Amino acid sequence: MRHVISILIENEAGALSRVVGLFSQRGYNIESLTVAPTEDRTLSRCTILTLGDKEEAEQITKQLHKLVDVLRVSDLYGEGGGFERELVLMKMPTPNRNIRDEIRSICEIFHARIIDVTQDTYTIEYAGSSDEVDNFIKTLNEVTDILETVRSGVLGILKGTHYMKK
Amino acid sequence: MTMMSGAQMLVRTLEDLGVEHLFGYPGGAVLDIYDALLSSSKIKHVLARHEQGAAHMADGYARSTGKVGCCLVTSGPGATNTVTAIATAYMDSIPMVVITGQVGTPLIGSDAFQEVDTVGITRPIVKHSYLCQSALDIPKFLRQAFYLASTGRPGPVVIDVPKDCVNPQRLFEYPEPQEVKMKTYNPTLSGHRGQVKRAAKLLAEAKRPVLMLGGGAVLGNAKDKVREVAELFNLPVVSTLMGLGAFSGTDPNFLGMLGMHGTYEANEVMDKADVIFAIGVRFDDRVTNDVSKFCPAATIIHVDIDPASISKTVVADVPIVGDADTVLGQFLEIVKDGSLRNDVRAIDTWWQQINKWRERNCLHYHKGELIEPQEIVEAIYKATNGKAIVATDVGQHQMFTALYYPFEEPHRLLTSGGLGTMGYGFPAACGAKVGNPDEQVVLITGDGSFQMNIQELSTCLEFGIKVKIFILDNHTLGMVRQWQRMFYQGRISSTNLNYNPDFVAVAKAYGHNGEVVEKREDLEAAIDRALNYDGLYIVDILCDTDAKVLPMQQARGSMSDMFLGEE
Repeated sequence: MRHVISILIENEAGALSRVVGLFSQRGYNIESLTVAPTEDRTLSRCTILTLGDKEEAEQITKQLHKLVDVLRVSDLYGEGGGFERELVLMKMPTPNRNIRDEIRSICEIFHARIIDVTQDTYTIEYAGSSDEVDNFIKTLNEVTDILETVRSGVLGILKGTHYMKK
Repeated sequence: MTMMSGAQMLVRTLEDLGVEHLFGYPGGAVLDIYDALLSSSKIKHVLARHEQGAAHMADGYARSTGKVGCCLVTSGPGATNTVTAIATAYMDSIPMVVITGQVGTPLIGSDAFQEVDTVGITRPIVKHSYLCQSALDIPKFLRQAFYLASTGRPGPVVIDVPKDCVNPQRLFEYPEPQEVKMKTYNPTLSGHRGQVKRAAKLLAEAKRPVLMLGGGAVLGNAKDKVREVAELFNLPVVSTLMGLGAFSGTDPNFLGMLGMHGTYEANEVMDKADVIFAIGVRFDDRVTNDVSKFCPAATIIHVDIDPASISKTVVADVPIVGDADTVLGQFLEIVKDGSLRNDVRAIDTWWQQINKWRERNCLHYHKGELIEPQEIVEAIYKATNGKAIVATDVGQHQMFTALYYPFEEPHRLLTSGGLGTMGYGFPAACGAKVGNPDEQVVLITGDGSFQMNIQELSTCLEFGIKVKIFILDNHTLGMVRQWQRMFYQGRISSTNLNYNPDFVAVAKAYGHNGEVVEKREDLEAAIDRALNYDGLYIVDILCDTDAKVLPMQQARGSMSDMFLGEE
């Protein structure tokens, strides 16, 4: 089962390595990981996508909470669900008009943006749930071979009035 | 306003934290700290002969005194030599602060001389670690480190101090001590009231209850409340290796250690129990045997200060996060009005059953021509009136000590339970003796283990550390041999120790004294001589090579699947 784990950690050297180290040390996998400072620069928000059963997710959450640098931990699906978004940046070759047209129309349907154009390439930006991003990439790949794909990994936030307190 | 260098602040902070003994070994990166130490009248430095020894000494000091043990080593190999000792302390949740030197901040990452990523190497085996970036980090991090090491679930904390942070030429204002507050660290001490109530109710309704104690009961100083609870409900009490002493080993309610080498009655009581009241345990594999067959009939109440220990291997029916002593205090508060008491008749029936198990007399052993290791431990117990602080190494002698030396008090058995570190015992005994100069400190070791940190004999001479060393000398790595005999068709692979030194000559070479015991009739007198000798004394006792630690649980079985005797 997928678990999106949100972590609020001290924005300090070594804090992230403790989080990542914990996963490898205890044999949990990381499907994706994103981290960046919050509006409070002393804290960073980290989102990890991991696969495992309920007990595993619970144990991961507890072990993360035990890290001295960690302020808050929550499992998005443990707390009534939330929103997930992933950003993808892609570079597509545009050798002829046919392909250019097709890419443009797919981007229109998906509400993706072409953010850079050269004679030979389009650079594209798209955000959506992981499934949507998968689908978008698959669809474009059917038009022609993709030159480059960069995915941000999953970001998650709780639904409704719930939020992670500082 | 007091201006100080980083090195002086380091020493001053340790003084302000109440550190009286520092175990360590100097080197290039910590020269300035050692220089500043010379001016301290409050801190006594104990120079070990190997950094591993220094760190185990800090560990033994911590276990026996309950205070934070502290050691100081240099960068690179100094730091890596402490890794085994840090892991030992981590697995057993021992409060310890390890200060390591580091190359100067401008050199970090350049593969400088004696540079190693200490924080990185130790990351999975510490409660927390720090890398100082400036001199002013030193007092701040040290205070946090002592706080972290000693509160919540205790554990080792590493502070890596780059050389430029302790430069004697650069002076700063010393920040006066203040209360440590960390917004990301708040251990839960009190249990959830509703859960404690549920526990009390369950225990009162239980027909076949058992109280199971672990290291948390020792570390949490819960001894008095444990006794009160056991008496109030007339509970049979079992203990893990780490919990020994949290309940008196001579109390009639005590059934002994449980687990792989636990007593027959302790493992049977667990297997048949309907309610297990577990205090400060973590249900590790040496205790549970096959988890899927573990105590099938039991409802498990699990009290631990570390939420991650609860339902990690064995799922708790009533989880209670909190400090052992505090939660037991809440428990007693709830039951003090007398409305919750167990069914006396059911408990009597339970005790009749338990006493039948006891009649198996599982610790009985056959005395052959050679001295048996069990009788050595019994003789040491007798000669010390059961009052000594006993350090052990790892292997058969460790299990024999756990089984044949009943501890009446906590903090008396110093043993590497989680990591199983051979070479732990001797330096740990040294640390304990430094912290408890008026107590009898005894090391029970094997001829294999003792040679893993034998160099500390020199430390003992320099600092007058008068520990009494009993080597259960069977000329083999006994526990591995036992497995080879039982599970590898007797194929003895690399476990014979036929080239041991003359341990008494070694003792004498280091300026100590000792004797060899070969005959049963000489044993008691030799132990008495050792205990009464004014100095370190080694008694090298030749004993049965083929003695086995029994009972022994059968692999992949339940708690009650045990090998009992030599049938």
